Amino acid sequence: MKEWIFYLLMAMSLISGAMAVTSIKIFRAAIYLLFSLIGIAFIYLMLGFEFVFAVQVIVYVGGIVVLIIFSIFLTQQSGTELPEPSRGRKIASMLAAITGFGFFASLLMAHHFQGTTQHAIEPEVNTIGTQLLNIHETGLALPFEIISILLLAAMIGCIVIAIKKEAKAV
Amino acid sequence: MNITLHEILIFSAALFFIGVYGFLTRRNMITMLMAVELMLNSVNINFIAFNKYLWNHQLDGVFFTLFIIAIAAAEAAVAIAIIIHVYRHFKSIDAEDAVELKN
Repeated sequence: MKEWIFYLLMAMSLISGAMAVTSIKIFRAAIYLLFSLIGIAFIYLMLGFEFVFAVQVIVYVGGIVVLIIFSIFLTQQSGTELPEPSRGRKIASMLAAITGFGFFASLLMAHHFQGTTQHAIEPEVNTIGTQLLNIHETGLALPFEIISILLLAAMIGCIVIAIKKEAKAV
Repeated sequence: MNITLHEILIFSAALFFIGVYGFLTRRNMITMLMAVELMLNSVNINFIAFNKYLWNHQLDGVFFTLFIIAIAAAEAAVAIAIIIHVYRHFKSIDAEDAVELKN
């Protein structure tokens, strides 16, 4: 039963991902991307990582896709169709993607992964939070702070880039 | 659960190359950004799967995923700010139209 849900989620992510990169209407492409990201979020949930599921839903589905939809509304009339890529470019891109995938899959199938034999721990929110804000040996307080500064810098940078300049005096 | 690591890795590879295909064929900047998001997500699935199947006594894969998601959010925000600025300047967000440095 659980396997079937898993395969269903994989198929949903792949199909809507493929639709997102081929759909002619840009708004539909954004909605297909949304479904693909939701499928990936539920794959995290099936694997037992509830916190990553929550972060994926909040940041990607609730943040990035909404941002993309807003920028679609700001930059073009919704409903306009994108130009179809030329046939030569389509074939070349398809060839590149399929060659890459085949190469990757053949390497993957030939490889045998050796897992750890140590005692497994549960990815609970408590454990994640403690380690993320810990300043001891395995703690990640420094990267956490650096990420905070990066986000602040990105926010200020966005405002500076996108701000509307006053009309220049002639 | 009987899902093997190989199945998840094949799935994420397929998603990654769907993103590559989109990035190569699309010429609209917003749709190119969407393709990049798909590729970043497939990398996250890899990290989570390796954490689950091969390294489950620590949570390194989870932290990598969280940091990648945070950086992807910053990247998307900056990219969209640039796209809006490009739209004001060129009245188009087609990558072929932004050719001011070309000549």
